[in-house]
Amino acid sequence: MSLTNEMVQEKLIAKFSDQVLQFATSYGMLSFESPKEINLKVLQFLYDEPSLAFTFLTDICAVNYPNQKGAELVVVYHLHNLKENIRLRYSVSTSLENTDVYTATKLFESANWMERETYDFFGINFVGHPNLKRILNVDEMDYFPLRKEFPLEDQTRIDKDDEMFGRG
Amino acid sequence: MEHNHITLPEGSIEKTTTTLNIGPTHPATHGVFQNIMEVDGERVVSSDQTVGYIHRAFEKLAERRPLYQITTITDRLNYCSSPINNMGWHITCEKFLQIETPKRVDYLRVIIMELARISDHLICNSIVGVDTGAYTGFLYVMQYRELIYEIYEEICGSRLTTNMGRIGGFERNFTNTAFTKLEKFLNEYPKVLKEFESLFTRNRIFMERTQGTGGISAERAMNYGFTGPNLRAAGVDYDVRVHQPYSSYQDFNFTVPVGTTGDNYDRFLVRNAEMWESISIIRQAYEKVQAFKGAEAEVYHADVPEYYLPKKEDVYTKMEALIWHFKIIMGEIDLPKGQIYCPVEGGNGELGFYLISDGGRTPFRLHFRRPCFIYYQAYPELIKGGMLSDAVVTMSSLNLIAGELDA
Repeated sequence: MSLTNEMVQEKLIAKFSDQVLQFATSYGMLSFESPKEINLKVLQFLYDEPSLAFTFLTDICAVNYPNQKGAELVVVYHLHNLKENIRLRYSVSTSLENTDVYTATKLFESANWMERETYDFFGINFVGHPNLKRILNVDEMDYFPLRKEFPLEDQTRIDKDDEMFGRG
Repeated sequence: MEHNHITLPEGSIEKTTTTLNIGPTHPATHGVFQNIMEVDGERVVSSDQTVGYIHRAFEKLAERRPLYQITTITDRLNYCSSPINNMGWHITCEKFLQIETPKRVDYLRVIIMELARISDHLICNSIVGVDTGAYTGFLYVMQYRELIYEIYEEICGSRLTTNMGRIGGFERNFTNTAFTKLEKFLNEYPKVLKEFESLFTRNRIFMERTQGTGGISAERAMNYGFTGPNLRAAGVDYDVRVHQPYSSYQDFNFTVPVGTTGDNYDRFLVRNAEMWESISIIRQAYEKVQAFKGAEAEVYHADVPEYYLPKKEDVYTKMEALIWHFKIIMGEIDLPKGQIYCPVEGGNGELGFYLISDGGRTPFRLHFRRPCFIYYQAYPELIKGGMLSDAVVTMSSLNLIAGELDA
């Protein structure tokens, strides 16, 4: 019997009851959320439970929603059960003031750089990460550039000396 | 002067290992990679990687661009197989906007994607040859990559950063010259690949250099997020083309080659075997394309006026085409709300696009799952305890592309 989104949802609710919420299916992929405090418990359950076996971490990234007060930053995990070939999206949200989220590096080696990248661009502080420092940007950078508070440069600005770039 | 003597760091006299810096630009790294290694004689004790030298903030740039302008960004990810990235992005958009593409478009895309896969694997495998001391193979196959690039040129006008296709299909139909060149490729390339294989596969020097080096078990490879040929070389038959068929891959017969040990030799063999599969897929696709008759044989895009630029002559003569042209160019098309994760089988693994739209005209957030960014972190484990010269081979056999890694 193959695993379906509904079965995954049932098992998660049976284990975590009202701690897991916002179940939705879009374009065939199940997504849900939980409080950030239990993210490791959820990931561990999804990994260990033999009937679920989401043992492949496809991706970790973050999203910044500036209008969601108290939940501005959302960390998104994409997990994959390779045997049953079913994917799911799991997210936890955190505020700008306290960006602590537990690291998944103990479970997945691949999470190491993905979390460093997420820290680099969004400033999520992955608690317990073995080497949480910037990866793609320079170490001296003192802001988190993919947050929405840093808009791209206005393309119509004229106060800049562009001579060096052939637009002077 | 107070300090006229050299002060050595504490413990450096007793240190028995040497610190060696390789990169960021070094002939053996084939890209902008820096490794700071601790070597004991010629054995690698540990290594520390630095990445990000060509980071260009693609994810931020994408937040200001309408969908069709993001295609040019995807070119610059894995630039050894840009068309796969282009098609992957178009397929993501089409899934997101629920656009059905005609079968002929799917098959033309399959031809292009498999050509790109061949050119990607070809470079990777011949560079493994170069790093083990055999330059001939590299020079020999290079003319067939050139032929593949000529086919690209015939289809989209450019060679490396192709910006090929549009949402819904291709910008123009394939010309007869493109098909003639494709036939030439299908006739000549198998012989070349056969000879390339006989140069390497049972070559004793090559085997001794690559067997047992840079190996990884299937469990570790999965834990490290390996995908593509590198994962398959470790014995896991995961291929996005089979697991989540896109662009009508379900209509084709092909096998997914797997290795056992996940070492450099197996990665080489898996890539070679995949090239044979790609040739067979291209043949099947070309047959299917030729089977279309009449009006169907002229179809090269889906009917999606909101996203597919109308023909230039229509823009000048027809009101409706002019309106759509204006709306597309000025970026006045609102996207639906929602999020989608869409993977394709890239040259070196699962290339995923995670697109979030808040109903605006540009993506709210776009994240690229770049396969080699994720598996490159296993590199210190792969080379630990091995020879320094094997570390170089391991690096090239992982098929790391700096443009994709640094995004």
